[in-house]
Amino acid sequence: MTVIAAQDSPQNIARPAAEIAAEAERRDIRNRWLLSLPAIIVITTCAAGPLLIVLVYSFLTPGDYGNVKWIFSLDAWVNVVLQRDIFDDTLQWADAHLSIFWRSFKLSSMTTILTMIFGIPTAYFIATRTPKRRDLWLFLITIPFWTNLLVRTIAVMEMIRNEGVINNLLMWTGIIDRPIQMMFTDFAIAFGMTYVYLPLMVLPVYASIEKLDFRLVEAGYDLYASRWRCLRRVILPLVKPGIIAGSILVFIPSLGAYVTPRVLGGGKNLMFGNLIELQFGQGRNWPLGSALSITLMIFVMIALIYYVRVSGGERKHHG
Amino acid sequence: MRCSKCKVDAKVSEAPDGDGGMSTHKDSPAAVQANGVSKIFGDGSDKVVALDDVSVTIKQNEFFTLLGPSGCGKTTLLRLIAGFDHPNNGNILLEGDDISGLPPYQRQVNTVFQNYALFPHMTVAGNIAFGLEMLDKPKAEIDATVSNMLKLVRMEELRDRQTSQISGGQQQRVALARALAPHPKVLLLDEPLSALDLKLRKEMQIELKRLQNETGITFVFVTHDQEEALTMSDRIAVMSDGKILQIGSPREIYDHPAERFVANFIGETNFLAAELMSAKNKAGKIKLSSGKTIAATLPDDHAANGKVTAVVRPEHARIVKPGVSAALEGRLDNIVYFGTDTHYHVKLGAEDNFIVRMQNARDDAGKFSTGSKVGIAIDSNAAQVLRD
Repeated sequence: MTVIAAQDSPQNIARPAAEIAAEAERRDIRNRWLLSLPAIIVITTCAAGPLLIVLVYSFLTPGDYGNVKWIFSLDAWVNVVLQRDIFDDTLQWADAHLSIFWRSFKLSSMTTILTMIFGIPTAYFIATRTPKRRDLWLFLITIPFWTNLLVRTIAVMEMIRNEGVINNLLMWTGIIDRPIQMMFTDFAIAFGMTYVYLPLMVLPVYASIEKLDFRLVEAGYDLYASRWRCLRRVILPLVKPGIIAGSILVFIPSLGAYVTPRVLGGGKNLMFGNLIELQFGQGRNWPLGSALSITLMIFVMIALIYYVRVSGGERKHHG
Repeated sequence: MRCSKCKVDAKVSEAPDGDGGMSTHKDSPAAVQANGVSKIFGDGSDKVVALDDVSVTIKQNEFFTLLGPSGCGKTTLLRLIAGFDHPNNGNILLEGDDISGLPPYQRQVNTVFQNYALFPHMTVAGNIAFGLEMLDKPKAEIDATVSNMLKLVRMEELRDRQTSQISGGQQQRVALARALAPHPKVLLLDEPLSALDLKLRKEMQIELKRLQNETGITFVFVTHDQEEALTMSDRIAVMSDGKILQIGSPREIYDHPAERFVANFIGETNFLAAELMSAKNKAGKIKLSSGKTIAATLPDDHAANGKVTAVVRPEHARIVKPGVSAALEGRLDNIVYFGTDTHYHVKLGAEDNFIVRMQNARDDAGKFSTGSKVGIAIDSNAAQVLRD
């Protein structure tokens, strides 16, 4: 840079080196800002901006036909967990909201655990194939990604509805004589979300198993660890980063899932995402919807911090 | 000091499979015995015979080395003993018990891996304790053994370090301590020194010998480094192409190689075409190309009288003036000075060369000059006839 600065104007040669260096640095900083400008614009307009709008809306009064009135109010935030009795104006716990929070948390956890149960062995299976076979299996795992989420969810519905594949098969074999009610239950939602989010668990776990040095597994066997103990003491701790990444990728979208609970859970098994949608739709309470959105975001952040703690603190437990 | 340590370790060793433990001590069978072991990898056109009908007996408390170039099957044999692979034919006995069908975790055999394979998610102490934990030893015993092991490999200060935070030589020591902690019947070492630099390697060679003496455990050591094998081993098995060519003490292997490959692989040597004149047990007389007859040692199952190949180590011959004492005569082609000794390259015929290595004395510069005609005297019984 100093060379270029010197070429600009011959009198620069006479200037002290420190001054030239300082100017070069200023130029560097300016260029750096200029180059990162497009990214900054995208981030502010597409991420930070809307978030700010949501935050501001959560402190306003709902308009009569949707939208907001520019009057400051904390009602939306109070209504996230509390509700005002319509007869005596006392504040009570909003049982409906709390049960929806609880169901969202429960179903997301179940989904995460189910994707682990199905995903980790799948990832292990793929990672231990020959490289050519691995590509084929990975390809098969990612195929559902190319299909619209709604279509995939309806496919799940086709499996579990009363006249669906599973019930028909069970009735045909004579195991049951009446269809099992699976649609519109929590089971249906967990089943659907497990199917939809399974690749998000398989892929990061696969990546970390593929990196696993299998000589360490041999060392485990050599030191009297049975297959099960080798899995628990050597393989799982080493692929844990992948499992944690997979859990985050599954748990967070599950918490805010909207399409799957709507289609498979029917109207009565709402999840967080549906509750938010309701406020912006039929509820016509945009501030409450905004406050709920931010609450969800806080939940997600708490979950993330917890994961980071768990994965970061692990090192100290050994030895 | 030394004995009390052994006793502590000996107690550790008893538990894994209690039955048969006592009976093995009375008649003291071989530590490891491989009977007609074959291992074939792949099939059809990709078939590779890694081990071809190998039989070997490794004695108790022995430092036994499998020596050979890469791909000779030495690591495969080690992996069969450890249980990572299973033989296609033959069986393997550990102190008299057939272990061919057992998984690695049921064999009282531990391995020091070439890349150490230390668990990166555990500390130094955690690594050493792992085997004992898997054997469900009581905590107090584990702690005591880990401390003993750290003392044994002189790593006490690094107890709580992560394995990524210690040097290669230290990792090597941890790997050794980890494998020794459960006091295995046999310790397998798969080229453990190959990743270390020369100085550390020399240090660890002495260290390994010391550990073997102090623990009294049978060591089976795999290497391609002939010097390592010669300096450390009680016995060496030289391997090539999935077969064991010769088993013997370092001195036997070096002084009396039975086959061309062994003679060639270990040290420098001179090959001489000769004719076997008479043989009595292992002593024979051979006639060299010069017409002179010298005494030679014969291999166990030597060929009948007739054309043979004899080998003479360069340091077992001397350059002399041509005459009666010279077994061979030739033209001195080249003199290479090495400080402690000098190598003389003698041209015997059109193609035959003979190298003589002589220690340098104070004043022997200029005794012989290149181009002159010299004689080669061979030390008595220095000639060894090869089997082929």
